[in-house]
Amino acid sequence: MTELDAGLLAEQVAESGQQTPPTGQRELGRPRKRKEDAKLITGQTTWTDNIQMPGMAHIAVLRSPMAHARIASIDVSPALQRPGVFAAFTAADLGVDGMSLPCAWPVTEDMVHPDHHPLATDEVRHLGDAVAIVCARDRYSAADALEAIEVDYDPLPAVIDMEAALAGGDLVHGDKGTNKSFTWPLVNGDVDGAFNGAAHVVERRYINQRLLPTPMEPRAVVVAPIAAADEYTVYSSTQVPHILRLMLALTTGIPEQKIRVIAPDVGGGFGAKLNVYAEEVICLMAAKKLGRPVKWNESRSENYQATIHGRDQIQRISAAFDADGRMRGLKVDLLADMGAYLQLVTPGIPILGAFMYNSIYKMDALDFKATGVFTTKTPTDAYRGAGRPEATFAIERLMDDAAYDLGMEPFELRERNWIKHEEFPYETIAGLTYDSGNYEAATAKAKTLFGYDDLRREQQERRDRQDPVQLGIGISTFTEMCGLAPSRVLGSLSYGAGGWEAADVRVLPSGKVEVVTGTSPHGQGHVTSWSQIVADALGVPFEDVEVLHGDTKSSPQGLDTYGSRSLVVGGVAVHKACQKVIDKARRVAAHLLEAAEGDLEFANGTFSVKGSPEAKQSIGDVALATFLNHNLPDGMEPTLNSSYVFDPENFSYPHGTHLCAVDVDTETGMVKIRKYVAVDDIGNVVNPQIVEGQIHGGLAQGIAQALFEEAVYDADCNLVTGTMVDYTIPSAADLPHFDLDRTETPATTNPLGVKGVGEAGTIASTPAVVNAVVDALRHLGVRDVRMPCTPERVWRAIQDSGGAGGGDGGDRAAAGTVAYGGASTSTVDDVQAGREGDAR
Amino acid sequence: MARVSVTVDGIRYEDDVEPRLLLVHYLRDRLGRTGTPVGCDTSNCGSCTVHLDGQSVKSCTILTLQADGSSITTIQGLATGPGEENQHPLQRAFHDQHGLQCGYCTPGMIMAAADLLNNNPDPSEQEIREGLEGNLCRCTGYQNIVKAVQQAAGQTPGGSATDAPVEVSA
Repeated sequence: MTELDAGLLAEQVAESGQQTPPTGQRELGRPRKRKEDAKLITGQTTWTDNIQMPGMAHIAVLRSPMAHARIASIDVSPALQRPGVFAAFTAADLGVDGMSLPCAWPVTEDMVHPDHHPLATDEVRHLGDAVAIVCARDRYSAADALEAIEVDYDPLPAVIDMEAALAGGDLVHGDKGTNKSFTWPLVNGDVDGAFNGAAHVVERRYINQRLLPTPMEPRAVVVAPIAAADEYTVYSSTQVPHILRLMLALTTGIPEQKIRVIAPDVGGGFGAKLNVYAEEVICLMAAKKLGRPVKWNESRSENYQATIHGRDQIQRISAAFDADGRMRGLKVDLLADMGAYLQLVTPGIPILGAFMYNSIYKMDALDFKATGVFTTKTPTDAYRGAGRPEATFAIERLMDDAAYDLGMEPFELRERNWIKHEEFPYETIAGLTYDSGNYEAATAKAKTLFGYDDLRREQQERRDRQDPVQLGIGISTFTEMCGLAPSRVLGSLSYGAGGWEAADVRVLPSGKVEVVTGTSPHGQGHVTSWSQIVADALGVPFEDVEVLHGDTKSSPQGLDTYGSRSLVVGGVAVHKACQKVIDKARRVAAHLLEAAEGDLEFANGTFSVKGSPEAKQSIGDVALATFLNHNLPDGMEPTLNSSYVFDPENFSYPHGTHLCAVDVDTETGMVKIRKYVAVDDIGNVVNPQIVEGQIHGGLAQGIAQALFEEAVYDADCNLVTGTMVDYTIPSAADLPHFDLDRTETPATTNPLGVKGVGEAGTIASTPAVVNAVVDALRHLGVRDVRMPCTPERVWRAIQDSGGAGGGDGGDRAAAGTVAYGGASTSTVDDVQAGREGDAR
Repeated sequence: MARVSVTVDGIRYEDDVEPRLLLVHYLRDRLGRTGTPVGCDTSNCGSCTVHLDGQSVKSCTILTLQADGSSITTIQGLATGPGEENQHPLQRAFHDQHGLQCGYCTPGMIMAAADLLNNNPDPSEQEIREGLEGNLCRCTGYQNIVKAVQQAAGQTPGGSATDAPVEVSA
């Protein structure tokens, strides 16, 4: 009977065409087209704002029209008179006045950490701070009723400038007595010795401007309650459904198991959706209070006020060099604008940069200090790269400037100081161990692809003939730390979570495979890449793998997607779970083949007995046999399903060499990128087409910081760039064609040999572009141009330099170097970098 | 309230709408055509681009009333049926060339590109870049979007090659 049924089922599975034979093809490294695309190119999407539910209330949020004010009174009752309004709430009405949004990264024990209520109680502290809400039958009714709410504000002084905020005066949080949140140091080696004995000290002050992350999908939240059971399903346009679930429970007191969080299709994040936001708490509490589903979706103008901003650091950096250009030590003193409150990882952003100022270079001493400062602006937090773009910008700008001052070719100075490929693994002055890299190889490839020597010749010719359009060449030899992260290291940095990632691999009776991942993609193509990892490991067809993600019910364990961690932590977890599947399957196969496990080999999805290749069992055969459980080894659990939680032993260190050539019109200040070459080393590659896409997009955002984007506040701390009209993210016409190539130095700290790629392009490109702009103008006396290098800023930099051209920059620098036998110090403090616009 | 009569993706609708109702909200909230998303409130991003009587328009800049009597095609009406073989050449090209990541700008980008190719069947790279200036993407850096439009214009071969297997190393 059982034999008959088993045979019948096996036959049915075979005849149905469901069970595909093993492919025998290598999947890793293959440019598979994405499984994700079908729904996205046909409009069959599930964006959070698409969700409609019977009886749903639309929430509109009333926001502060000024940067800093005491709330004298709020009266929401006029809103209730408007048609279609279900309710209107202040913080107290909604019961959120005792709640504070979480900050999970208390970087020092004495960090000043003010309360951050989801709705303001007594004071508003930035333009767009949420004050009250209306719940109505549709978005138009809600918007109308919002206008009826009456709020009296007593204006308080805005706190705009970080340096002034630290010097004393007006406070963002009056009860704290200071605008300083923390000072976090990292010191290693004899810093005084390095600087006192130095032949040259190069000192700079750079401004890393405030940016608006701008994922194309603004945020949206839907909460569907089962009021009677106090259960809630939260749909949010988030990168972090798992973190959100836990934090919503901790913040609201609703038990964690009663909250299910779903991240449906999410339209980009770039760090801006790596957070726990007021509106998520507000919607949850409003759904609880109303007992009906609620929805809030953000307008772009709201997004620019209420979603976190990025960057905004003032960087003082100085480097000590020997006479021959060897770097002895580095000092970094950062001011980092926290904005008005600490969001989820706000204080940690400059700390993530701390380990990257030394970059790929060897030195004896490092003295790093970051100070977090409160201002009356939207909070900052993670934006693509999060701390590492700032660090890379400062060190790569400085290396170009130093090369000029020392009279060296910029590559020569870098090569003199970088870690040689034979020196890996290498412990850096910041205490990290870089596992692998080959800066020489990436640089050689980039120079060839770029035509470096030819472009340098052309540059000289154009200088000689005083071409009004000058050619500049910018270099960025970068590395970064990503793949967050070893849990113990995060613990040592006081981060409030681990850095592991979870995967489940479920083998279905027909041999198909379902993978459950704790990562939460929003454009990165995990469904495709994870399918390739599984197909490669188990030898099943790519098409037979399904990937589940972004729902705490189906993927209960995960730490989500940020910090270029998904492949190097989550993808490796998938790979390791597959190895456990194979181990279980091997035991079944050995039993079925009546062979010892040690006599089996597994290749291309099939177990065979060494020496007798005709005796074999495919993964599909084993899956069916396990499902039937008619003839398994004694005591064996009848399942191949396997889980793995991977905690990496180290960060991931992608690196590369980027080269940018710009034409700068010295008469108009217009900058045009003529050629951009990026040679990245991200170790082994799962899907080269997806990798190229990640780098393209990263380059676009890094170039945007260099040339186009800045969040500007006026003297009253109003956001001047409050819409897409004024905040100019680049279009296709603003960007060049990118020339990409790779070197492949596998990571040694994970079994796939992979490194993170999501942020590399952004981190590398900003300094490459600004270095190119400055390089075009050095012979005119220009030493810096503040970002973004708009035509106006470039033109002013040329005018302010007085056109002090004459001669080759290298010659001038060389002469200066020789003239002073002792120490020389060059500073470009506020020269051209300028204080113009500092009152932003 | 005012009466409008429109045809959307081949279906005729007659509805009473508020005069201020934006076309994109009519499509999304009243008709459930949620394939067309909204990315800004200033008509800069182009995510909401649809075809109004064959011309691309940003549906957040049009009142529903202004579309009275018109025929509208959204991304959901572009393919002639289910299945890849029925997709518009631009849909296939965006897939082949990895011209999308998060996909939020994609409906508008494809609709704008379709209009671009209707007006200029054989555009240069610069003409493609300038033709899509009104549609913003934050993920791709546009390079593969340009390649997708070139493929749809017949300037480059289709992307079956991108699924080519790699050599199995011993």
